[in-house]
Amino acid sequence: MQVSITINGTKQSHDVEPRTLLVHYIREHANLTGTNIGCDTSSCGACTLHLDGEAVKSCTILAAQADGGSVTTIEGLSKNGEMHPMQKAFMENHGLQCGYCTPGMVMAAIGLLNENPKPTEDEVRLGLEGNLCRCTGYHNIVKSVLAAAKK
Amino acid sequence: MAGSILGNRVLRKEDPKFLTTGGVYVDDMQNEPLLQGAAHVTFVRSQVAHALINGIDISAALEAPGVIAIYTAESLNLAPEASSFNPGVTRTLLASGRVRYVGEPVAVIVTEEANQGEDAADLVVVDYEPLEVLVDLERAMTSSTLIYPDAGSNVVVDSTVWGMPDVTGDDFFADCDVVVKGRYVNQRVAPCPLEVRGSAVAWVDGRLYQWISTQHAQGVRDQINKSDATSNVRVMTPDVGGGFGAKISAYPEEIVLGRVAQAVGRPLRWRETRSESMLALGHGRAQLQYISIGGTRDGRVLAYRLEAIQDSGAFVDVGAVLAPACTRPMSSGVYAIPKIECRTKSVVTNTTPIVAYRGAGRPEATAAIERAMDMFAAEIGMDPAEVRRKNLIPKFMEPHTTAIGQAYDVGDYEVALDKVLDAANYSALRKEQAERRQRGDRHQLGIGVSVYVEITSGGTNHEDARIEVLPDGRAIVYTGTSPHGQGHVTAWSMIASEHTGIPMDKIDVVWGDTDIIPDGLGTYGSRSLQLGGAAVHQTAQKLVELARSVAAAALEAAEADVVLDKSRGAFHVAGTPAVAVTWGELSARRASEGGLTIAERFTSGGATFPFGAHVAVVEVDVETGKVTHLKQVACDDAGTVLNPLLLEGQIHGGIAQGSAQALLEEFVYDEDGNPKTGNLAEYAFISAVEAPSIELVSMETPTPRNPLGAKGVGESGTIGSTPAVQSAVVDAVSHLGVRHIDMPTTPERVWRAINQ
Repeated sequence: MQVSITINGTKQSHDVEPRTLLVHYIREHANLTGTNIGCDTSSCGACTLHLDGEAVKSCTILAAQADGGSVTTIEGLSKNGEMHPMQKAFMENHGLQCGYCTPGMVMAAIGLLNENPKPTEDEVRLGLEGNLCRCTGYHNIVKSVLAAAKK
Repeated sequence: MAGSILGNRVLRKEDPKFLTTGGVYVDDMQNEPLLQGAAHVTFVRSQVAHALINGIDISAALEAPGVIAIYTAESLNLAPEASSFNPGVTRTLLASGRVRYVGEPVAVIVTEEANQGEDAADLVVVDYEPLEVLVDLERAMTSSTLIYPDAGSNVVVDSTVWGMPDVTGDDFFADCDVVVKGRYVNQRVAPCPLEVRGSAVAWVDGRLYQWISTQHAQGVRDQINKSDATSNVRVMTPDVGGGFGAKISAYPEEIVLGRVAQAVGRPLRWRETRSESMLALGHGRAQLQYISIGGTRDGRVLAYRLEAIQDSGAFVDVGAVLAPACTRPMSSGVYAIPKIECRTKSVVTNTTPIVAYRGAGRPEATAAIERAMDMFAAEIGMDPAEVRRKNLIPKFMEPHTTAIGQAYDVGDYEVALDKVLDAANYSALRKEQAERRQRGDRHQLGIGVSVYVEITSGGTNHEDARIEVLPDGRAIVYTGTSPHGQGHVTAWSMIASEHTGIPMDKIDVVWGDTDIIPDGLGTYGSRSLQLGGAAVHQTAQKLVELARSVAAAALEAAEADVVLDKSRGAFHVAGTPAVAVTWGELSARRASEGGLTIAERFTSGGATFPFGAHVAVVEVDVETGKVTHLKQVACDDAGTVLNPLLLEGQIHGGIAQGSAQALLEEFVYDEDGNPKTGNLAEYAFISAVEAPSIELVSMETPTPRNPLGAKGVGESGTIGSTPAVQSAVVDAVSHLGVRHIDMPTTPERVWRAINQ
């Protein structure tokens, strides 16, 4: 089936199997590999991106469900070579190590601040519960999000 | 002249890529020319824990959509390969004759599309004849069923066979007023790097090219060449999404890929699912500990005995030797105990093989002695911090050898304990605890203290580096280490820049390609900075010497008169700065002599012994048993710090993994060897909600064993935190008569401990 999605501002159309998940559409058809896959139970959040402005785990949605929608991935966050404030906050606060959870974590963190611009530490932790990281112990991720919220 | 960059909080050069386009992990290599037209690989895995294989019927699966070929051990002519640690233990890369754990690869399917293999795998029919399943360690030790009959026993590694003394009888504790004994489970956990295993292969002019998510490309090369001498493999490492020890060595799936590609005549891509990874990436810990500790009523420990039974899982991988090689030597911990004895036995079971996992044998040693100290303190009614203080090895700046025979480099344990107790405001915490107890609060406070020492870069004492300066003035550092999150690109650039004056942004770091870097020992065991970083340090110094001689010729001056102006990356004659030659110019002058490049091997004075102290603060709901890890205060002394940002990141991650083991995570099998925690919905992977707030206290006692003064820090956070957190949970409910709760201290276990 034909699925058309605007990805990072560019409309794309690909012929895909109906069972194709949005994350596979993004990685294999749109060739944007910044969005990662870390599990097969929708537990880890590595595939988090924005669909119509909302942070979603792209392994929980069929590409067909996003037909006509607008997706932003990690590759679409920087504007004119300038990193998004959340990306900068992760860099300045060492909120990443191996980088595998990072794209999903950043997209989830932006989604969190969209809903709650001035969260407490506990609210940040709760808001990122669905995004797993094995490297940072979350300490600097939480710090990054709180720093971004202050900007 | 500008001050040194070393010791500064330098932000990571790696980050912009990871943050804007994402890393390029194996599965992201969509544009690699050699992999165009690659087919996809899926493994058929055993669904039973222990059985004879009477036949494998692939006929129906061969008809499934997209299937190109299916291979078994027989059709690939795979020969048995012996464990490096026990020659009687042999297996084929795909199971033949027998399966030994759920998840073991049995056959391999090659399909056109990635998603076709799983459907076809369901159609492969394996005729299994069930055998007795051995999951319980102690049953496996005594069962007449042998998992490897040729090994003659399920006990596959034994410290006494290695020539280490056995434990003795009760006389060992004859001079003790008090003896406490315990049986503790250091449970099996899954390493869970966020990126699962993946690899891709292509044959190029009779050579195998293999990309793999690994911590040690050169080791993987040697493994593959040993298994298939004709492959002459070139191993390449793209970005790696975490390893934690579980990706040090190649696994059967990765070793067999080259032969599958050869048979099918196509490049191949393989990436496991998380559910496969939970079963077939090695597990960690899994040690049963019998502990006896004895001493005087006034708190002096006189004798300590550890009998460790290590679960080896269904093969004899490195996990089987960590007990005698790491747990035993570190059994004394930070304490001056006059008499210690330790016996370890490693036992095969019908479970996922045990490999290295963050700490690898040392967390088990620390858990054992720290639990023993707590039990001893409880028995004599003394504060656990005080008992520890009474028994600490006094400060030493020359090697100190413990009763078990292990020499430590330098140590100052009491200062670490003081610092952390002070930062945690220990006495105020005890006061609050007393008040909550007095009031009978539902949420009780628990305080856990640990003091630890561990061994880093044990087993290896050298590393290679090469630095090349290009005519455009840029430099490339080639390293034998293999970063997968630690920040070597930043760290090695700092070191090279410090010596050469070449700006960090003009320095690239290359690793993990065995054709470009034939010699390298990879990244594990907290070895990288003290060996790989020291190698960059040594190489950069030699490079400056070489450049000075080239500059002297260029400037027609005596070498001794030529100085390096690091602020502009140029050499000139002292007192004549206007006439100078830059790094780029010197490189160009050396074009006919192979360029401006130098390679060095650094050899250290031996392993280093980072130490520290942790205080864990938890709250326990005594009605439900639920534990909240409020705070971890940690003082980790890793010697001289190169970059506090990176150091802290390593400790934070280590603490979360320690907290995870203490509170949440356990890989569980039922009695038939079926995994009960085989995916991330069932395995209690720690999240931001459970992970504690962390406060770090700095302490730097340089080691004399390398010129950087650095000790390892990758694992110490885990080693220090795990026993402190477990201890805090027990402490929270100790007034209710609880002396011990095995890890993970789940609500059910805590509730049962309170209510028994």
